Amino acid sequence: MNDAAVRARGLTRRFGDFTAVDAITFEVAAGEVFGFLGANGAGKTTAIRMLTGLLRPTSGEASVAGHDVRTEPDAIKRSIGYMSQRFSLYEDLTPRENIRLYGGIYGLPRSEIRRRTDHLLERLGLVSAADELVAGLPLGWKQKLAFSVALLHEPDIVFLDEPTGGVDPVTRRQFWEMIYEAAASGTTAFVTTHYMDEAEYCDRLSIMVSGRIAALGTPEELKREHGVDSIEDVFVRLARGGPEDS
Amino acid sequence: MTGLAVRRDRARTWLRIVGTLIRKEFRQVSRDRVMLVQIFAIPLIQLLILANAATFEIRDSRMFVVDESRSAASRDLTRRFEASQYFSLAGVSAHARPADESLLAGDVSLILHLPDDFGRRLARGEPTSVQIVVSAEDGAAAGIVAGYARTIVGAYAATVTASTPSGVPIDIRTRGWYNEALDYQQHMVPGILVVLVTIIGTLLTAMNIVREKEIGTLEQLNATPLTRSEFIAGKLLPFWILALLELGFGLVAARLAFDLPIRGSLLLLFAAGGIYLVVALGIGLWISTLAETQQQAMFITYFFLMINLFMSGLFTPIASMPAWGRAFAELIPLKHFIEISRAVLIKGAGVDTLAVPLVALVVMAFVVFAVAVRQYSKTAS
Amino acid sequence: MSTPDRDRSLRRVLGVLGGFIRKETRHILRDRQTLAVLLALPLVEVLLFGFVIRTDVENVRIGFVVPTPDEATAALVTRFRGSDLFSPIGTWTSTDPLPALFERGELDQAIVLEPDFAADLGRGRAHLLIVTDASDPNTGSAMSTYAQQVIRGYEREAAPAPPLIDSRIRIRFDPTLESRNLFVPGLIALVLTIVSALMTSIAITREKERGTMEVLLVSPLRPWQIIVGKVAPYLLLAFINALTALGAAWLVFGVPFRGSLVLLLFESLLYIFVSLALGVFVSTRAQSQRAAMLGAVAGLLMPSTLLSGMIFPIHSMPAWLRPITNIVPATWFIEIARGVMLKGVGLAHLWQETLILILMAAVLTVASVRNFDTRLSG
Repeated sequence: MNDAAVRARGLTRRFGDFTAVDAITFEVAAGEVFGFLGANGAGKTTAIRMLTGLLRPTSGEASVAGHDVRTEPDAIKRSIGYMSQRFSLYEDLTPRENIRLYGGIYGLPRSEIRRRTDHLLERLGLVSAADELVAGLPLGWKQKLAFSVALLHEPDIVFLDEPTGGVDPVTRRQFWEMIYEAAASGTTAFVTTHYMDEAEYCDRLSIMVSGRIAALGTPEELKREHGVDSIEDVFVRLARGGPEDS
Repeated sequence: MTGLAVRRDRARTWLRIVGTLIRKEFRQVSRDRVMLVQIFAIPLIQLLILANAATFEIRDSRMFVVDESRSAASRDLTRRFEASQYFSLAGVSAHARPADESLLAGDVSLILHLPDDFGRRLARGEPTSVQIVVSAEDGAAAGIVAGYARTIVGAYAATVTASTPSGVPIDIRTRGWYNEALDYQQHMVPGILVVLVTIIGTLLTAMNIVREKEIGTLEQLNATPLTRSEFIAGKLLPFWILALLELGFGLVAARLAFDLPIRGSLLLLFAAGGIYLVVALGIGLWISTLAETQQQAMFITYFFLMINLFMSGLFTPIASMPAWGRAFAELIPLKHFIEISRAVLIKGAGVDTLAVPLVALVVMAFVVFAVAVRQYSKTAS
Repeated sequence: MSTPDRDRSLRRVLGVLGGFIRKETRHILRDRQTLAVLLALPLVEVLLFGFVIRTDVENVRIGFVVPTPDEATAALVTRFRGSDLFSPIGTWTSTDPLPALFERGELDQAIVLEPDFAADLGRGRAHLLIVTDASDPNTGSAMSTYAQQVIRGYEREAAPAPPLIDSRIRIRFDPTLESRNLFVPGLIALVLTIVSALMTSIAITREKERGTMEVLLVSPLRPWQIIVGKVAPYLLLAFINALTALGAAWLVFGVPFRGSLVLLLFESLLYIFVSLALGVFVSTRAQSQRAAMLGAVAGLLMPSTLLSGMIFPIHSMPAWLRPITNIVPATWFIEIARGVMLKGVGLAHLWQETLILILMAAVLTVASVRNFDTRLSG
């Protein structure tokens, strides 16, 4: 229970008759960039919501940053950052106001908030739009803002649910640069995506199919296992062939 | 750190976080044109219109005279009605038919029917009778209007005979307390103010929270270490403040526009308002846990508001409700606050007279708020 | 276009429209919670308010200030005791207790007599004062009127000769003067307004907000078809509500139904139509659900409750306000409903009001479709 940043064992979530997440088991080491792949509806978002303390598991167990998801959700929330799939910051506030709000919520002192706000806005190229309402910003900039809020309080682990959805290739590359930066300074990055090419960027990854983990390992391992050249091919084989035991 | 120091530190953090949240709410409200209109413009318009519309005053009741007698006496009597502020003469005819039609069509509310021997009998000093027909379409007003008509007839009769037949007729004088001028606005305005405040407290709060649910910003907040109490305080306090501001704003407007009397203690009124708002906000919070969409929130809130509104004694008196209705009304928070507002503003009542409704509000505040918070915790996870 | 072609395209349009309506209805049926609320709550409201909203005065708590009690004063007090309307709660010799009792709300009315009442009666110089709590002026007036009636009754009994002019009062259409019979038609209007206008405006605006409206707009559906499709389920719901409300009025409250039921149902349908059109119109101008709600409430619900004559009589309103009430559709419907239910009149008397509702429906429909067309971007 110590080194692993995220640890799940038989983690399951059912909604009535429907099993969204079916007994997944895996570990993520600290400082890893872990890719959580799968098609839409495979159960990725549900899994993330359980790991971030937003949803209670039906059965199984998991721990994040050393805290049990069932009994210590509040402790988890202090150690993680979260960027949800759907933009969930305030459109009627400016980027600066949004950052300041979350800085306050995470208990950062005012001077610190100011420093980090300036830093983040510059890093993301948002300085020109810092005092405009978010509603008027293009999608890519909104995503960048959400990403920076997730990292604002320098958490141990950051959960990113489809951070690059609907964003242009340049911005995508920028995101991954920032993810690597964060990882380099010790932040674990747990990223879900359905862009198969992004899978190559990850240290390790898992592929979910119909609520189960069909593959788990480094990109190289998986490609070798399935005898293909790209993760996309791995995925297609798994999606067609049904779940395999990992 | 000692336990006390830790506690104090934690409290300070709590305050700081809640302060951040409150600032954020106010910032959003100031940019929200719809809400600003709802808080300032609409209530003002409503106040002006409602205060003028909400009245049962009898004025210019249209009437028809069926004068079969066509004598000097009947013309005299007709003139008296014409001169009265309560009546306006729509027509005179010798036959009943046109009058009947008018009544049926709703053009007149009252028919005065004078028989053909009216003038002759009066001249001889013999008793005679007239018929006053009113339309039930006007409800209780019909009775009152008929009463006025009878009074006018009686006054006329008194002038015909110089002395009264025997020693009996009684001179009746009437006096209305608290509202000498029978000013309806005085009665309605405190209630209307209270309703406007309730709308902010309950409806806007519920809609606000459900909206965050709907657009997803609530989820982002849930992923932070923000505690339940911080969130609830950060959400409800701004609206509590706004609602009280609205009350003040409304009072000033009412004073200027209607010369609303303020006979009692404003401090008492605002204190009661603050307590009442805890109930209203609690209900708003509770509704937000029930509704998934803003549409649902709105509909549920309307149901509550409608019941509160009509059971509160604002439009129709509680005394007129059936016994079980009166008992039920005791559970309606709006009823108590309206009672307090009216008593403080119009009667100048103090804490001692209003102990019962005040205590009722305090109890409700505790219960409703506790239930709402418990409900919120259950559904939030 | 030749006739068979026109038939075919008409059939296609109806087919597409029918499919859309079916989808919308299924959508609403699936939202069980809202559905229950839309069907049950209005009925609950009608039942509750039908019993509770009354302005009839009864159980007036009355007190007597009698400085010198004698036979005459006793007879007067007994007369009040015998009346159903009054509940005598005490007799005092001075007016001292009155202010506190009024302030605490324990007393509604007091009759203040002068000393030697019986003697004054004999001389024809009796005076008395009726003091009424007039904080609610309407109730105050009513209480005052009733008290005066009791006193006049006493007067007649005590006087040997009949009055010179006896006024006989006759109340047409509803001798009981139950205020409920007046309010219930208004309640029905209120219920219909809520379902039709409020829900419709929100429903359409929600599509706009979610962005699914754009998808509809690029489909083969024409704008008017979209409106009809969205609105049709609510028409059905509202009509069901009308039936249950009328049923409650008749069965539970015994509100008279002197006129034609068919006419009443037709007028209800017409009014529903007007409300729906109004709801659609609000939604074409509203950018967000909250704005739609604001528009529907301020522009519709409030006026329908307060300016339509539902509770407060229109001829009691100041002259400048009365023309405004003519713009409120509920005003006309309430007049029609009261006419049919209480007076038993038919279209011969109500054709003007009906025409006005039809006109409103037409104007709103045209305006809505026009607005909808030009605001495709939403």
